[in-house]
Amino acid sequence: MIKPDPRIPEGPLAEKWTRFKATQKLVSPSNKRKLDIIVVGTGLAGASAAASLGELGFNVKVFCYQDSPRRAHSIAAQGGINAAKNYRNDGDSIYRLFYDTIKGGDFRAREANVYRLAEVSNNIIDQCVAQGVPFAREYSGLLDNRSFGGAQVSRTFYARGQTGQQLLLGAYGALMRQVNEGNVTLYTRTEMLNLVIIEGKARGIITRNLITGKIERHFGHAVVLATGGYGRAFFLSTMAMGANGSAVWTAYKKGAFFANPSFVQIHPTCIPVHGDFQSKLTLMSESLRNDGRIWVPRKKEDAEALRNGTKKPSDLTEEDRDYYLERRYPAFGNLVPRDVASRAAKERCDAGYGVGSGLAVYLDFSDAIKRLGKKIIEERYGNLFQMYEKIVDQNPYETPMMIYPAIHYCMGGLWVDYHLMTTIPGLFSIGECNFSDHGANRLGASALMQGLADGYFILPYTIQHYLADEILTPRMPVTLPEFENAESESKERIHKLLNIKGKQSVDQFHRKFGLMLWELVGMSRSQNTLKKAINEFAKLREEFWHDIKIPGSNDELNPELEKAGRVADFIEIGELMARDALQRHESCGCHFREEYQTDDGEAKRNDEDCMYVAAWEYKGHENEPLLHKEPLIYENIKLQTRNYKI
Amino acid sequence: MNFTLKIWRQESAKSKGKFVVYNVSNISPDCSFLEMLDILNQQLIDKFEKPVCFDHDCREGICGACGLYINGRPHGPDEDITTCQLHMRRFKDGDTIVIEPWRGRPFPVIKDLVVDRNAFDKIIAAGGYISVSTGGVPDANAIPIPREDADLAMDAAACIGCGACVAACKNTSAMLFVAAKVSQLARLPQGRIEAKERVIKMVAKMDELGFGSCTNTGACEAECPKNISISHIAKLNREYIKAKIF
Repeated sequence: MIKPDPRIPEGPLAEKWTRFKATQKLVSPSNKRKLDIIVVGTGLAGASAAASLGELGFNVKVFCYQDSPRRAHSIAAQGGINAAKNYRNDGDSIYRLFYDTIKGGDFRAREANVYRLAEVSNNIIDQCVAQGVPFAREYSGLLDNRSFGGAQVSRTFYARGQTGQQLLLGAYGALMRQVNEGNVTLYTRTEMLNLVIIEGKARGIITRNLITGKIERHFGHAVVLATGGYGRAFFLSTMAMGANGSAVWTAYKKGAFFANPSFVQIHPTCIPVHGDFQSKLTLMSESLRNDGRIWVPRKKEDAEALRNGTKKPSDLTEEDRDYYLERRYPAFGNLVPRDVASRAAKERCDAGYGVGSGLAVYLDFSDAIKRLGKKIIEERYGNLFQMYEKIVDQNPYETPMMIYPAIHYCMGGLWVDYHLMTTIPGLFSIGECNFSDHGANRLGASALMQGLADGYFILPYTIQHYLADEILTPRMPVTLPEFENAESESKERIHKLLNIKGKQSVDQFHRKFGLMLWELVGMSRSQNTLKKAINEFAKLREEFWHDIKIPGSNDELNPELEKAGRVADFIEIGELMARDALQRHESCGCHFREEYQTDDGEAKRNDEDCMYVAAWEYKGHENEPLLHKEPLIYENIKLQTRNYKI
Repeated sequence: MNFTLKIWRQESAKSKGKFVVYNVSNISPDCSFLEMLDILNQQLIDKFEKPVCFDHDCREGICGACGLYINGRPHGPDEDITTCQLHMRRFKDGDTIVIEPWRGRPFPVIKDLVVDRNAFDKIIAAGGYISVSTGGVPDANAIPIPREDADLAMDAAACIGCGACVAACKNTSAMLFVAAKVSQLARLPQGRIEAKERVIKMVAKMDELGFGSCTNTGACEAECPKNISISHIAKLNREYIKAKIF
C-alpha cells in the first residue's frame, strides 16, 4: 500500500465519482441526529459544508474568528467561478475543464480529484442560481460568461467584480437558515487553538472565545477544517488580516500530513507596494486581463523617465511599448496563467524596465475603451476601477493602472485523500486549506469552484462514508483526559506568549519575517536562498519566543495575543515551505527554482524525478520532518510541457 | 502629516468609556486610515500600553468588518468607501480627528471601537435567504431573468453588512440593511415564492432586536459605502404592505 493512500476508487476516470457514490456507506436519518460534526471556518467551503450537513440532519457546530460568517475572506474574491456548462457553445466540456486545470497546475495535481471537481462544477452554478445569487446576465436573461487565464473557452460565471461576495452570501444564507432551524450552532469570534485526538481519531477541538478569552472544549464525531490558506505568512499579501495557518498547523503537529507547502500562488495583478507602513496588498481581478493590455517601456531610458515623472505613459508611442506577454506568448497573450504572468513581470522589472517604484508594470485599458466605449468598461470593471482610484489616487480610465505580483493563494495545504480526509481519521480538510486540486498553480476562477465543490457536493457524501462506522460511538464527555491535555497545552502556550514581555511587537516581527520569506522563498528560489531560509527561520523562531511583546491579558479582546499565536505558526510554516521547495528539484507552476530553467527563462519541469505530491509528516520539535511521496499517475491526460506560446 | 486623534476607549461592554487624545506624526498621505491606527498602536505597544481595538479584516472594502465613526460620519469623509479604504490624503495636515465606534443600542460596544453586530446575523437567520437545500435544483439557465431585474438585484446584493446605515440613522433603523436583502430576493423569480414570509419575518426580527423606525431622512443612503439606494426601502415597504394585506 502507498503511504499515504489516496483511496482513489477503481474504474475509468469519468465513472469514479459515480461509482463511489453508488457504493459508499450512508448514514440513516435517525442516526444522523446522533452524530456531531465540527466545521472550522465559514468561507465558501466551510459555510457550504456546514449548511449542507445541517440540511442532511447532522448536528453541526461551526466556528469563525470573524464577528460574522459572512466576513470570511472568500468574500473578497472578485473575478468569477468556472464551470463546464458550455453555454457559449465554444467547445467546453467536463473533460476540457479537467484538462485545463491539470495543465494549468503544471501536472502536479491528482487526476481523479480534478476530474470530480470539473464534474460537479455545473451543479454549483445551478445551486447558486437557485439561492438567488445575482450572476451577470445577457439581454436574453440567460447567464453571461467571461474568459480567464489558462483557458481558451469562456466558462467563467461572475457577479460584477464581486463574485466571491455573492457566492459567500449565498452560502451564508443557507448556513443561517440551518442556524435558524437549530441544526447548526454558530460560534463567532472564536478561534480554534488545538485538535483533540482520541484513540487515533479526531474527536474535537479546543477554542478561545476572542472576546472573553475563555478556553472551551468541543466534541465532534468528525472535525472539518475549512480555514483557508497560510499566505499571510508573507505579511504583505492579498489575504485578510486575520487569515492564518494555525488550525492546519495544529493538525499537522498532531499527525496530519502537510502537502506541497511551497506551492503558493503569486497573483500577477495586484496594486504595487508603496510604503513601509503598508499592511496589505489589494488584488485587481484577473478578469481585467480580458480587456487590459500589460506593457512596460521598450527602452530603459523611457522606464527611467516614467519612474522619475519626466514622462507620462501616454507620451510613449506604440513602438516604444513592449507588450511583453503578447510578445512572448502569442497564443494566450495577456491571458497566460498566473505563474507565467507573474514571472514575466518580475523578469521585466528585474531587467530595469519597471515603472512606478521600479516594481510595477502597466495594465492599460485605453485600447479597450476605444474599442468598446467607457460605459462597457465601467459596467465590467467599475468597482475595481473605483477601488484602484481610492487606493492609488489615479484614474485608470485616463492613465494605465500599475500592477505587480503579490501573494494570493495557497495550493499547498493539508494532504487529503479522495474522501478529503487527512491522514488523521475523522479529520477532513476542504477548500483552500487542503492541497488537492490545483497542483503547482491554480487557474483563475477555480478557487471558488473548489471551495463550493468540496462543501456542497463532495464532503457531504464522503464524510458519511466515514461516519457510517461511527453510529455506535456515543457523544464523548469533554472531561476526558485527551480534552484536558489539549486544553492545558493551549493554555500553556498563551501563558508563555504573554510572559515573554520582550521588545518587539508582533507586527514588527511579522513584517521582518514576511520580507525574508518573500525574498528567500518567494517568486524565485534557489538552493542557496532556501538553505539560508531554513537557517534563518530557525533563529527567528528562537528570537520570537524570547523577544515578543504583547500588552494586555488573556481575559479580554486582545488582538496582539491572537496575532502572536498566528505569527509563531507562520514562522514554522515558512520553514517547512523552504524545506519543501528545497527538495523539489525542478521548476513547476508557481515553484521556480533558478537552477531549473530553459534557455529562454521558462520553468523546467522534471517529470522523471518529481512527479509526486510531497507529503510532510511532523516528527517533533527537535527533529526534521519526514517526507512521503505520493506518486502522481496520469492515465487520461498526456503529459506535456506547458506551452502558452503557440 | 501630523494629526491629533480623539479616540473612544472603553475596556469592555460593562465599563465606562472616555475619549483619549493621541498624537501621530510623519504620516504619509498615501497611508490608509487603518494603517495610521496601526502606527498609533505601535507607539502604544512600544510603551507597553494596550493598543486601540478596532474591527477590520479584508482591508479592501468588501468584508464589512471595519466601521468607524470618523468626525461624525460613518466611514469618514470620503464617499462610497469603507473605513479601510479611506486614505490620509483626505485630511489636512494638523487636523484633529474624532474616532468613535458605531453608535446605537442594537450594536453594543465590546471594547474600544469594536461593536457587536450580531443582530444582523439574526435578521438574516430569520429569513434572508431562499429556502433551497443543496442538490435537486434546476439547470441555471432554466430560469431566465431579465437583465434589468438581475442588475437591480445585484445593486441590492452589494450590501456588505457593515452597519453604517444603522450608525448614520438618528433612529438606529436597520431598514436599508433589511431592504437590501428583501429587494434582492424579491426581484428574482426564485425569491418570489417566499417573498411574503420573508419580509414579515425579517421586519419582525428587526423590530424585536430594538432597531428604530425609518423616517425617510436618507442618512443611510448617504453613508452607505456600497451606495445602496433608499429606493430599496420603498420596495421593502411595498413588499411588506402586500404581504400584510393580500
